[in-house]
Amino acid sequence: MPADRSRLPQLGPDPSFTFPAIVRHTLPNGLQVRTVEHHGIPLVTFVMQIEGGSGADTSGREGLAAVTGDMVDEGTGALSAIDVSDALARIGAEYDLEVGPDATVFTLSTLSRFAERGASILADLLTRPSLRQDDFDRVRQMRLDRLSQLKDLPPAVAERAFLRLLYGDHPYGHLSIGNDAALRGLTLPDVAAFHDSSFRPSRATLVAAGAMSHGELAKVAEAAFGHWADSGARAPLARAADLQPAASSSPRLVVVPRESAAQSELRLGHLSARRDTPDYAALLVMNAVLGGQFVSRINLKLREEKGYTYGARTGFDWRRGLAPFSLQASVHTAATADAIRDSLNELDAIRGARPPSDHEMTLAKASLTRGYPRNFETAHQVARSVAQLALYSLPDTYFEDFIPRVHAAGASDVTQAAAKYVDPSRMTTLVVGDHAAIGDSLAALGLGDPLILPSDS
Amino acid sequence: MDPISLPFTKQRLDNGLEVIVHEDRRVPIIAVNVWYHVGSKNERPGRTGFAHLFEHLMFEGSEHHNTGYFPPLQQAGALLNGSTNTDRTNYWEVVPTSAIDLALWMESDRMGYLLPALTRERFETQRDVVLNERRQNYENRPYGFGMMAMSAALFPPDHPYHWMTIGGADDIRAMQLEDVQAFFRTYYHPANASLTIGGDIDTARAFELAERYFGDLPGGPIPAAVTAEARLSREARLVLEDRVELPRVYMAWHSPAMFANGDAELDLAADLLANGKTSRLYRTLVYEKRLALDVSAYQSSRELGSFFLLAATAAPGRSLTEIAAIIDTEVQLLADAGPSQSEMERALAQAEAHFMYRLQTVGGFGGKSDQLNAYNVFRGDPGFFAHDLARYREATADGIRMAVASHLAFDRRVLLSIVPRSQPALALPGSEPVAVS
Repeated sequence: MPADRSRLPQLGPDPSFTFPAIVRHTLPNGLQVRTVEHHGIPLVTFVMQIEGGSGADTSGREGLAAVTGDMVDEGTGALSAIDVSDALARIGAEYDLEVGPDATVFTLSTLSRFAERGASILADLLTRPSLRQDDFDRVRQMRLDRLSQLKDLPPAVAERAFLRLLYGDHPYGHLSIGNDAALRGLTLPDVAAFHDSSFRPSRATLVAAGAMSHGELAKVAEAAFGHWADSGARAPLARAADLQPAASSSPRLVVVPRESAAQSELRLGHLSARRDTPDYAALLVMNAVLGGQFVSRINLKLREEKGYTYGARTGFDWRRGLAPFSLQASVHTAATADAIRDSLNELDAIRGARPPSDHEMTLAKASLTRGYPRNFETAHQVARSVAQLALYSLPDTYFEDFIPRVHAAGASDVTQAAAKYVDPSRMTTLVVGDHAAIGDSLAALGLGDPLILPSDS
Repeated sequence: MDPISLPFTKQRLDNGLEVIVHEDRRVPIIAVNVWYHVGSKNERPGRTGFAHLFEHLMFEGSEHHNTGYFPPLQQAGALLNGSTNTDRTNYWEVVPTSAIDLALWMESDRMGYLLPALTRERFETQRDVVLNERRQNYENRPYGFGMMAMSAALFPPDHPYHWMTIGGADDIRAMQLEDVQAFFRTYYHPANASLTIGGDIDTARAFELAERYFGDLPGGPIPAAVTAEARLSREARLVLEDRVELPRVYMAWHSPAMFANGDAELDLAADLLANGKTSRLYRTLVYEKRLALDVSAYQSSRELGSFFLLAATAAPGRSLTEIAAIIDTEVQLLADAGPSQSEMERALAQAEAHFMYRLQTVGGFGGKSDQLNAYNVFRGDPGFFAHDLARYREATADGIRMAVASHLAFDRRVLLSIVPRSQPALALPGSEPVAVS
């Protein structure tokens, strides 16, 4: 019986979504541990999330959190950096570091039969890093060299400039790699002090997810991290999230010239919402309609209709504190001004002139909810997701509440959220591109004279 | 049973379509993955980039769904994508269990009925999109043209690997809508395709659905296989100027084809030489002497023949000459003495763990369904997974030594220096300028 091609097949009913139990444990030293059972493949992932991240870099020390994170696997006890790498390789472990605006996240995955060994190595790295001078010199120099290379990478140039324009001197206003002057000025004692103040059980959450029972996972965590002492006086943690960015005086139009560039790297946006905003669900739906999916207004307009770009999207760069909302695209140089014009039109229209249609609302919600179980296929995904709950102080029921919350957002909620949190009239438009080629066309946009910035500002 | 295994069932439809099914009930999702045995190797000079542009066109609608491919699947909660390389083109979606019929309907409609939906407007728009992709990934990136220059040097102009899959910008601009029809008829039919369905589905039902949606699509002759050989007869030294801060050296050699003898050995050699902190070149170049900012190596396994690539970026003020000398010393040492016992233990532990990690995800690039199709298309057997794992488990120190000694000879390789603009002297001595665009 061949298929009926006169219409698309019906979808079956959506299965109900459940998330496995998260069990919380607190070790005697105060370390918060959360365990999740994830059976099927004999693997386990540990995620250690340390409060602070690049938002904890003090002024003049931008890059410190990232250097500290990088130094952690450069040796522990008698083990050199090479020895550490060797020990991890022998148990087939994968180790990863991510320095975000609010926290530094260390991830270690390994075969479950090596869970104890993997946790033990991770604990040694985090709690007893060697922090040697020659390792620090090498790591710092490598970061300086990488920083200089980023001048030639348009997305990195754009990210760096954009954060600075939106946040100014606020601790969120820099890439985690920092800047040249700050990196040059860092010392090993700075790293040691940063490690001492932030790598403490009271400022950390450990998540363990994998093919073991809750009891077994907790036991491994305790064996590895139970010795970790929270010693000495503790300076209050200055949280970037609690500092209000200065009222924006960010210019409307900024150009970082990149001679003869084949494309312009675009960022259009402004500071917008905090992760704990009550309008979060409405904003997710709004973003899905506007530019968060392949089928969204921005991507369909700039890529599929006009052919200006390989892909354009919008999104919130969520964090605990006030986060940017931005449109991002790499567009053909000749189409730069037109792409900006079309983008600003779309960013404006969703606020009321052209609110989301019923079909757009249905599509946005479906794309956010129907594929949701896919996000929890691996132990690594599960562990990272649970760490996010800790980061944003979200309840353990969060994942199971997600789909109903998205469905509860109505079209007027979404339009009101757009009107409140997306405002083209106060956006900064940043262009990293061939100024000589596009300068005149940019002038015709009515955004005023551009501020010209060098690529390493 | 080996915990590292990838079970499946395979059938062939009357029209030649091979259908593979893998059950995995852990998450209520199903991966649909289609491979067409066509890639940029099937192009010819002057018409490069065609296979990849065609891949884009497969998302623009088909006869019975004459509008975009994404909307109904996004509506169903799918994640989807596709890619083209030298040897094959793949398309996949990961859908909730409830949307399997939709996914198979959509994939079969574009396999059987694409052409009526291909308008000149859609063609021209995707041509522009591809030109932007080229700008984004190659033209506007530091070192972005490196592999383009390297491929052109490794393979003669009429060899299918001479050009990059993205194609030449002029070739892309010169493409005609009329060329699309012939391409579709030759390469996009069931007998030249492999379908894997993997995930939350019963095997019998999966085959029923495959028959329902794909069974009445007309087959076609299997296209003639492309064959080509390439061999270097000397060491070639080239220099490319680029918008970069630091010079980088690439070294490349021809190497055994995917799955051939020596392929796994060179993959392991790449790890031993240059991947991760325990590798020989990382230790010497980056950790101890601080001559390089980074170093990496890669056995680029392909159907017609592979190449082994090594790359290192110079630290500021350090020369590519001194870096290349150290690379040569380490490669020679590996060719003479092979890996140590300790290195072998470590390499095999990592390789085995890597196979295990590969079993975690059912869909997407590199997921289980993609792997099954790869083994099926390139070896005719989805069960080759077990042989693939075995060739790593059975690799020996001497086997690795011999592969390095045979294939990484210094008198048959390409050395490409990418240097900052107006500083050609930073290249390796004797390098000839190349131009790429």
